[in-house]
Amino acid sequence: MHDRRFAGNVLRFARLLRDAGMPIGTDRILLGLQALKLAGLESREDFRGVLASCLLDRADQLDLFDEAFDRFWVTPDLLTLGGAARQVAEQTGSADPDDEFTPSANRRLAEAFAGLHGTERSAVTLERREAVLSASGQEALRQADFDSMSADEWREAHRLLTRWRLQLPRVPTRRLRASNRGHRPDWRRIAADAARRGGDFVHLARLQPGTRATPLVALIDVSGSMSRYSRMFLMFLHALASRERSTQVFLFGTRLTSVTRALRTRDPDMALRACAQLVPDWSGGTRIGECLHRFNLQWSRRVLGQNATVLLVTDGLERENTALLSFEAERLSKSCHRLVWLNPLLRYRGFEPRASGVRAILPHVDAHLPVHNLNSLDDLSRALGALGRHPRNASTSL
Amino acid sequence: MVRNLPTSIDETSELLGKADYLPDRRLATAVFLALSLGRPLLLEGEPGTGKTEVAKALASALGRRLLRLQCYEGLDLASAAYEWNYAGQLLEIRLAEASGVAQREQLARSLFDERFLIRRPLLQSIEPDPAGPPVLLIDELDRADEPFEAYLLELLSDFQITIPELGTRRALAPPIVILTSNRTREIHDAVKRRCIYHWVGFPDAARELQIVRRRVPGIEAALAARIVAFVHQLRELELFKQPGVAESIEWSRALAALDAVSLDPAMVDDTLGVVLKYQDDLERVRGAQVERILAGIDASTSEQAADA
Repeated sequence: MHDRRFAGNVLRFARLLRDAGMPIGTDRILLGLQALKLAGLESREDFRGVLASCLLDRADQLDLFDEAFDRFWVTPDLLTLGGAARQVAEQTGSADPDDEFTPSANRRLAEAFAGLHGTERSAVTLERREAVLSASGQEALRQADFDSMSADEWREAHRLLTRWRLQLPRVPTRRLRASNRGHRPDWRRIAADAARRGGDFVHLARLQPGTRATPLVALIDVSGSMSRYSRMFLMFLHALASRERSTQVFLFGTRLTSVTRALRTRDPDMALRACAQLVPDWSGGTRIGECLHRFNLQWSRRVLGQNATVLLVTDGLERENTALLSFEAERLSKSCHRLVWLNPLLRYRGFEPRASGVRAILPHVDAHLPVHNLNSLDDLSRALGALGRHPRNASTSL
Repeated sequence: MVRNLPTSIDETSELLGKADYLPDRRLATAVFLALSLGRPLLLEGEPGTGKTEVAKALASALGRRLLRLQCYEGLDLASAAYEWNYAGQLLEIRLAEASGVAQREQLARSLFDERFLIRRPLLQSIEPDPAGPPVLLIDELDRADEPFEAYLLELLSDFQITIPELGTRRALAPPIVILTSNRTREIHDAVKRRCIYHWVGFPDAARELQIVRRRVPGIEAALAARIVAFVHQLRELELFKQPGVAESIEWSRALAALDAVSLDPAMVDDTLGVVLKYQDDLERVRGAQVERILAGIDASTSEQAADA
């Protein structure tokens, strides 16, 4: 009897994690139950360790798991675990202002806990899910709440993220690698091979250059007119930055802020929250020219070496000083491998570069692409791959 | 002339001073710590602030050999650590065939022998030297690629190099290692962790004046002071590339070569290319800005004269 209630609770815990976005299969849960039988339940930390090693398969799930574990298994005495879930119900069901769960970093965990008690997801959440799906910048995604995503938004984005592979432009390396096709003889291997064969030359080993992806530097406008796109785009960059160490991310509105370190946080919710905390002028005004000037002065030499590709995410609506903007955009363009401008305004059919800010930037970019929904990110990937090694020519508006 | 390592920060300052390098207190501290703890010293800073000079000064002051490895993209083991003399090996194979002693194992052993090992700077740095362990300068590490950084880890932490055919070579006495970076990209944390770190900034005006007068002995004191004051004013402007100490020294030499006695606007305009290397910067400064800076310097010197 005790056993069955306990197994039920482990199952509920696993479902909770699944609701919060972790892919946990039934086989993992069964494995966890088996492992618990072997390991025993004497210590809470052992119990946590066993569950973590059986249910998780990636390090970035750890933060979320720990938080969920502490919330769920509230009873210190593991032998009476049967009562745990009930207590959780009381804790999260109450509207107690002291409930420390409310300010949690993870809204998707909170929503998963809410779902644990059978409450239907509210119509608002469902609506929001639709909004992400079409993400065409209609009305729904305008919420000011940047600090964490809802469970639905996150799941949907995550699903698409896993499919999204950004093809960065590749350039040949100067370092040579062993190959069968290269043009340079690999004397070291030839001599070693000949020594092994008693002095006979049988095979001519060769070398050829490899290729490497160019580093990516993203400059993202987070001013009022841009903030919803920036948030979505940051999420993708978080996924990219975890794979490519050389990715650098800057946010700008009226000031330029480097958020590369903050984006390294493994959990996407926590990473985005850390970014928002760093930026004093989220959803504020915009001074593109001034921020590009700062970037060129302080950062360009540090991060634009090694043939970096720069993604400039902005609507280009600069009102103040377009002469400065043009000058700095040109300098930026000259210091990087490729300058790609991602502009959400391009989603409107018949967009014409009439604003003076747009006209100031446009002559200096290698590509001008829309960024308003997830499909356009696919296009971006394709465009970056195509930019590759071709010689740079005058601006091409795609 | 072999000298012992300094035993205090002051001694370190003095030692570098003998080699015409005038470090500030923090740099002297970093050098002293690197020497006494036997750790590599990582120097980062703007170009022209004297990072490379530290290694040169140390080597000459201590009477050690200076081994310099200039980094570049694609730098590999063959040019950094060691390489086999392939031509010699191929010849050896032919000889063995001709004399009919083509015993396989023996041939392999004689091919990968010390005789055919070409030593590059990294390997040289861990070999015994009668003058004491050499100074190894790994210059502009940020230009090398990440695989090379990874290779450096073994050398920097254990001062050893593994040659698959011969085994691991270990330094009896670790070399003095100085790494420099212009920060065109971040050096990996694993490398940084093994080093003593120091950011080399621009010196204050008084120290820079000392440096210029030490490096350009023939220059007049008043002219040198004006040059240094001018360069300091330039650094206040938001230029794309701020002039370093190397530029101050170079400019002083240039003006000395032109037999200039004073810094007048025309002379500055003509020689500004020695100090500023970007067209945008030159355009901003030339003409009116130069006159404004010179007037400012004149005003402050006359003030000082009045005070005195």
